Amino acid sequence: MRALKWTTTGLTLVFLVAPLLVIAIVSVNENRYMDFPPQGLSFEWYWALWTDLGWRSAILTSLTVASLGALVAVAIATPLAYVLRAYRIRLSPLLYALGILPFMLPPVISALGAQVFWNAADHAGRIENVIIAHGIFFSTLPLITISLAMETMDPALPEAAQTLGANPRTTFRTITLPLLVPSMITGYAAAFVLSLNEYIIAFLVAGFSVQTLPIKIFNGIRYGFTPTIASVAVVFIVIAATVFSLFAVFGNLLRFLGADPAILERNDA
Amino acid sequence: MSDRKPTHGTYAVLAVPVTMLVVFFLVPFGIMVASSFYHRVEGGFYTPAFELNSWRRLFTEVFIERAVFSIGISLLAGAVCIAVAFPFTFFLTRMKRRPHVALLVVVMSALSLSEVIVGFTWSVLLGRAAGISNILVWLGVMDEARAYQPGFVAVLLGLCYIAFPYCVLTLYPSLSRLDREVTEAAQTMGASPWRTFWTVVVPISRPIIVAGFLLVFVFTLGSYLISAILGRPEHWTLSVFISDQASFNANVPFAAAMAIFLTVLSLAVVGVVTVVESRTRRLT
Amino acid sequence: MQERGGLRLQELVKRFGDLEAVAGVDLELPPGRLISFLGPSGCGKTTLLRMIAGLEQPTAGRVFLDGEDVTDRPPHSRDIGMVFQTLALFPHLSVSGNIGYGMKIRGVAQAEIRRRVDELLKMVSLEGTADRRVSQLSGGQRQRVATARALALEPRLFLLDEPLSALDANLREQLQVELRLLQQKLGITTIMVTHDQREAMTMSDLVVVMQAGRVEQVGLPLEVYRRPATAFVARFIGSTNLLETTGAGDGRVRLRDRDLAVPGADRSDGGLVLVSVRPEDARLHVGLGAVPNAIPGTVVFVRDLGELFECYVDCELREHVVVAGSPRERVPVDQGDAVQVEFPPDACVVVRA
Repeated sequence: MRALKWTTTGLTLVFLVAPLLVIAIVSVNENRYMDFPPQGLSFEWYWALWTDLGWRSAILTSLTVASLGALVAVAIATPLAYVLRAYRIRLSPLLYALGILPFMLPPVISALGAQVFWNAADHAGRIENVIIAHGIFFSTLPLITISLAMETMDPALPEAAQTLGANPRTTFRTITLPLLVPSMITGYAAAFVLSLNEYIIAFLVAGFSVQTLPIKIFNGIRYGFTPTIASVAVVFIVIAATVFSLFAVFGNLLRFLGADPAILERNDA
Repeated sequence: MSDRKPTHGTYAVLAVPVTMLVVFFLVPFGIMVASSFYHRVEGGFYTPAFELNSWRRLFTEVFIERAVFSIGISLLAGAVCIAVAFPFTFFLTRMKRRPHVALLVVVMSALSLSEVIVGFTWSVLLGRAAGISNILVWLGVMDEARAYQPGFVAVLLGLCYIAFPYCVLTLYPSLSRLDREVTEAAQTMGASPWRTFWTVVVPISRPIIVAGFLLVFVFTLGSYLISAILGRPEHWTLSVFISDQASFNANVPFAAAMAIFLTVLSLAVVGVVTVVESRTRRLT
Repeated sequence: MQERGGLRLQELVKRFGDLEAVAGVDLELPPGRLISFLGPSGCGKTTLLRMIAGLEQPTAGRVFLDGEDVTDRPPHSRDIGMVFQTLALFPHLSVSGNIGYGMKIRGVAQAEIRRRVDELLKMVSLEGTADRRVSQLSGGQRQRVATARALALEPRLFLLDEPLSALDANLREQLQVELRLLQQKLGITTIMVTHDQREAMTMSDLVVVMQAGRVEQVGLPLEVYRRPATAFVARFIGSTNLLETTGAGDGRVRLRDRDLAVPGADRSDGGLVLVSVRPEDARLHVGLGAVPNAIPGTVVFVRDLGELFECYVDCELREHVVVAGSPRERVPVDQGDAVQVEFPPDACVVVRA
C-alpha cells in the first residue's frame, strides 16, 4: 500500500511538473532554436513580450475580451440565478438547463453556431462577436457559483429584512445582493481566466481579424516558433502559482475546493 | 423563499438573460441546424437549400473513422485519468498539512495552464530538440534523440494532462469526507489496507468515480488544441475535424451536420450514464 | 402593558399540497401579554406564527390585528418584529448595522440611529458591541442582538420562532428569564413558538397547546398543567398517569373492580373515561389497610434521584403507574413490595381523548 502511495504520488508529481520545468528552461535559452542542453541564459524573450507590438496587441486584445466577456457572463448569470432560486417559476428546470447547456457541450459547437450566426447577421469578424460569444459560453460558471450561494443562504435573511420593513426591492438591494457579491466575483474570475485561454470560439468567430493571445501562440506553434511563447507560458504559470499560494496561506483553499473543514486537523493528529 | 409568486417585474428581470441566451445560443444553434441542410458552394459559401448531402457524409468511412477515434481516445483518457487520479486524490486527502497544501497548489497551477500552453510544452517535451529523449541521450541511456510527437501517445498524454486537475477536483470533496471509521472498521475485521481500498473505498466511491470519468470523457471530446498540436491528421479529434471543415475546407454544411452529431452524442452519453447510475444506485 | 397588538385569528387554515399544516385555528389573543404556541414539531405552530407575520398566506381564514384585517398585507407593512430560529442576523453588517437596519431604510438620521442603537444595546446588556461583526459574537450575544433588532422600531407584535433552541441548556434558562423580564418591562404583545414545555411554563402569560394543526387547549400555564383538557395535553406537559376507567355514574368511575371518586366524571353507561393523575399527586400506601380511591399493585422499580424519587408500580393496567415525590415524602418501599396507589379525588382530571 505504501508502495502504491509513493509511486502514484511521485509519478503524478513528475507528470504535472515536468512540462512546467521544461518550459521554464526553454524560455531563458539564448538560442532562438530550442535545444537541449540549453546553450546560454537570456531574458530577451521576456523582454520581447513588452517590446514586440504583435505580442502587446495580442495581450491587450485578450485582456479586453476576457474582462468584457466575463462581465457579460455575470450580467446574464446573476438575474437568472437569483430569480430561479427566489421565486416559484414553472419552467425553472428548463431555464436552468438552458443556462448550463452552452458550457456542457464541446466548445466547437458553440463556436460554429456563433460563426454562422454572425455571418448571417452580416457582422462577421468583429471583436464584439467574440466578447458576446465568450459571455454566453462562460455564463455557466457564475450561474453555478451564484446559484450555489443562493442555495446556501439562510432563507430567513430576506424574511428578517421584510419584517423590519424592507419591501422586496430594498431587501434585494441591501441584503441579498451584497451577500451574492463574493460568488459573483468568483464567477467573474473563473470566466475571465477561461476566456483568456480560450481558442476555438475566438478563432472561428473572428480568428482572422481579431488575434487573441491563444490564437497568436497557436499560430506561432504552427508556422514559426520563438521562445517568446515559452516566456508567455512561464508568466502564466508564475501568476497562477502565486495566486493559489496566496489563497492557500491567507484564504481557505481547502474549504474553497469543497474539503471537509476538519480534514487537516485530523491528518495532522 | 422559493415559495414567492413571481410578479410582472420578476418576469421582466428574467427576460433579459433568457433573451440573450435564446438570441445568442439557441438561435445560432438553430441556424447551424438549418445550415447543415444547405447547399455547399465551392469557395467557402453556402446557399439556403434543403439537401441531405452533408448528412450522407456522416456515413462515409472518413467520418466514421474520425468519430470512432474521437470517442475511443476520450474513453481511454477517461479511464487513464480516473485510474491515476483516484488513488492520487485518496492519498492526498490523508496527507498532513504541508504536503497536502503544496500538492493542491501544484494541481491548481497545472489547471490554470491554458490548453495551448499545455500543447506547446508537451510538444517540446516529446520533441527531438529539447525533450525527454534528449535527456536520455545525455544520460547515455539512448543513442539518438527521437520525436514522440506528433503521435497517438502524445495526444493521449496531453489530454490526460489537461483533464487530470479537473478530475482531482471532482473527486476531492467526497474523498475528503470519506468517513475514516468505515476504513477503520474494515481493518478491525482483518482487511489489509490494500484490501480495504479495493473492497471498501472504491465501491463506496463508485458514483463519484463515474462522475469523474464522465467529466473527462465530455471534456476531452470537446478538446481542440491538444489534438491539433500533438497529433497528425489521423489523430485529430472530431472537434479539430469539424473546425477544419468549417474554416480551411470551407464546408460549413458538413461541419454543421457533424456538430449536431457531436451534440446528440454528448447529451446521449451523459443522459444514459446518469440514468444507469441512478438505477443501479436504487438497487443496491 | 400595551394596548396594541390584540390578535384575532379567524378560522385559519394552511395547506401545502396534500398536507394540512394548520387545520382550522380560531383564537382571540389579548394584547400586552406573552403567549406561547406550544407543541411537538409538525404541529403547525411555526406555520401559524408565519401567517401572523405575513410570511405565509393562509389557504383560508383571516388575521385581524387591533381590529384591522391584515391578511393581505405583506410582512413589511405589518409593524412587527420577529426573531427567527436561525436568528438571521445579516452577516455583512455590524451589530449596529443589524439593529439600525429598519431605521436606515426608513431614512432616519444617522445620529438618531446611533442613539437608539446604543439605547437598545443597553436594554439587552450588550453595551460597547455596536461595531463588532456578527461572526465575533457568542451564541447568547447573537440572540440578544436579534432581540434588539426586532424591537428597534417598537412594533405592535413581537414574534419569536423557537428563539433559544440553538443555545445550550444553561444559557437557555438564563435567557428565558431575561426575555420574560424584558417583555414585562416593555409590555409588548409577544407570541413565542416553542416545543419546550418548561420554556413555555417559565415565560408565558398564556399557553396555546397545539397538535396536528389544531389547538388542543388555551389557558394559563398552571391551569393547563393542573387541568389538562385532553390526553395529549396531559402527556405533553409534564408527565402523567392516564387511567382507562369505565363510567359508573355521576362523579364515579370503576377501575379494576374498585370504585373511584372522580369529580367531573358523568358517564354511567360503562363507557371509557380517561382520568389523568400527575405522579406527584398519587400516593403510595404500604400494607393492605383500607385506602379510599386506591388500587393495589406491586413495586417494579424505584428511582432515587436525590431531589425526587420515582416509583413504578405494576397495577395490571396497560402501563405502569408512576408515583413521584420529594425525598421527605418517601415511603419506604422496595422492588417487589405490595402497595396500594391512592388517587386523591381533587387530583383526578377527566380528559378527552
